[in-house]
Amino acid sequence: MTTTESDVTVTKVEPAAPEPPRAKREGGVLNAFSHGILIIWAVMVVTPLLWAVMTSFKDDRSIFSSPWALPDKLHFDNWSRAWTQANMSDYFLNTILVVGGSLIGTLVLGSMAAYVLARFDFPGNRFIYYLFIGGMSFPIMLALVPLFYVVNNMGLLNTIHGLILVYIAYSLPFTVFFLTAFFRTLPTSVAEAAFVDGASHTRTFFQIMLPMAKPGLISVGIFNFLGQWNQYMLPTVLNTDPDKHVLTQGLVQLAVSQGYKGDWSGLFAGLVMAMLPVLAAYIVFQRQVVAGLTAGALK
Amino acid sequence: MQHGKYRFIVGFLALPLGLYALFVVWPFVQSIYYSFTDWTGLSPEFKMVGLDNYRRMIHDDIFWKSLQHSLMFAVVLPLVTISLALFFAFMINVGGRRRRGGPVVSGVRGSSFYKIVYFFPQVLSIAIVSLLFAFAYNPDSGAINSLLRGIGLDGLQPLWLGDPSLALWCVMAVLVWSTVGFFVVLFSAGMASIPTDLYEAALLDGAGRATTFFRLTLPLLWDTVQSGWVYMGILALGAESFAVVQIMTTGPGGPDYSTTVLVLYVYQKAFRDGQAAYATTIGVALLVVTLAFAAVVMRLGRRERLEY
Repeated sequence: MTTTESDVTVTKVEPAAPEPPRAKREGGVLNAFSHGILIIWAVMVVTPLLWAVMTSFKDDRSIFSSPWALPDKLHFDNWSRAWTQANMSDYFLNTILVVGGSLIGTLVLGSMAAYVLARFDFPGNRFIYYLFIGGMSFPIMLALVPLFYVVNNMGLLNTIHGLILVYIAYSLPFTVFFLTAFFRTLPTSVAEAAFVDGASHTRTFFQIMLPMAKPGLISVGIFNFLGQWNQYMLPTVLNTDPDKHVLTQGLVQLAVSQGYKGDWSGLFAGLVMAMLPVLAAYIVFQRQVVAGLTAGALK
Repeated sequence: MQHGKYRFIVGFLALPLGLYALFVVWPFVQSIYYSFTDWTGLSPEFKMVGLDNYRRMIHDDIFWKSLQHSLMFAVVLPLVTISLALFFAFMINVGGRRRRGGPVVSGVRGSSFYKIVYFFPQVLSIAIVSLLFAFAYNPDSGAINSLLRGIGLDGLQPLWLGDPSLALWCVMAVLVWSTVGFFVVLFSAGMASIPTDLYEAALLDGAGRATTFFRLTLPLLWDTVQSGWVYMGILALGAESFAVVQIMTTGPGGPDYSTTVLVLYVYQKAFRDGQAAYATTIGVALLVVTLAFAAVVMRLGRRERLEY
């Protein structure tokens, strides 16, 4: 937008004056333009998702012959077939077990380490802190090659609890980083008072500090929940037993095997089944999810 | 607060640190060591071979292709994603019509709606997103080509993932699609914290929207843009590019190695070809690339920190 000298003087003298008509018209065009682009992107985001939902109700033939046509009738049997025959129920159960276990473990162990690193001065404190932080920028794949054999030697390969331990270990860098910063912001006086009253360090932590750290725990908990729920690389390497598959790898396996089984509608039902709970949870806890996920990059 | 302090510290650190050392630090150290051996991963025996793996890597064409694609992921992908996201975020937060008597800057109508919708792909697993788009890209029955046919572009029926010159762009487009929303929300939060009197001053000085963006918003948002770039680059070099390439492309990494990336090459060498030592060598290269990338972005982007 170009501005002439006179516009400047006018607005300078009278800031509250209505804008000159020329600028207003231009603003209107720009406004329509920006709105248009924003709407186009919104459509581009939503269309693939709605298309997947629609496709999950179609029969196999029409998925391929007319991808954009509405289903002739709602084939709910796709969903029940996916749930029972395509093992979606097992994948859900495995995912819930793995994510549940590792989320609790990550929060407990992460907050313990972060609290000590944030609040206590001892030799090696900085070293341990940076050891944890360093894990955030290292490519996990490099460690995965020997890790496979470490896990195998411990008899933890293809087990739910083995996967939980690995998830916790790889979630610790960000969790410790985030919670250390958080514990530093909490006032020291309350913990000191508790300590003077005879509470032990351990009791002070669990009964005073953890409840005070609740907002930070929620943010980092959501971040880890989504990361662990959507995890694909770790289970692909460490969890190759089809019975133990989690949702993401189960669906990929399903897509590969549909090449000869041909139950594409069942696969789409499975995909939508896996998408909906996360999307629903996001819409309900929208504010917390956004805060939790952006917290990492803003620090 | 000295009583029992060290016992408490050790007690609290032992478990997290032990787990981290065993599953993260130790494998990292090991893999650097293995890169100097001829370990296959299939048998426990191996011997030291010095720099043989590194020499082999320098003459490995597929390695150079993977490196090139990985660098594209780290540079082009964040560039496109962050530019789009900055544009959207500016439109959403500052692009609104100036109403008489209203605030000097305002978002477009429905700004919170856009932010919610744009963020959708971010909560979905990249594996699920990849599967969905693999279907959409299918040249015969996929949604994209049938849409093109529907609007009369019968002649325009690209093979998408089957075309070696297009496949990499198709894969990158999926990552752009799924990450833009994250940065829109991130930058929106940053823009909201810029005081309105700065915008007021810019407006009084006659600045248009483009000037406001490049002279005011972008410099004040620079720190966020920079850390966002590093954050996305590390993801794009590692886990995210692994999932999209491994799930979507033929081969995976094809056609004709046109989409292979370092992280996928490590995986294939170790778990498909039984060349664990060589895989760790490529992994070390990936580590060097990742650290160099982060260092370059932080260095190039270093500016005087603006306080406001």
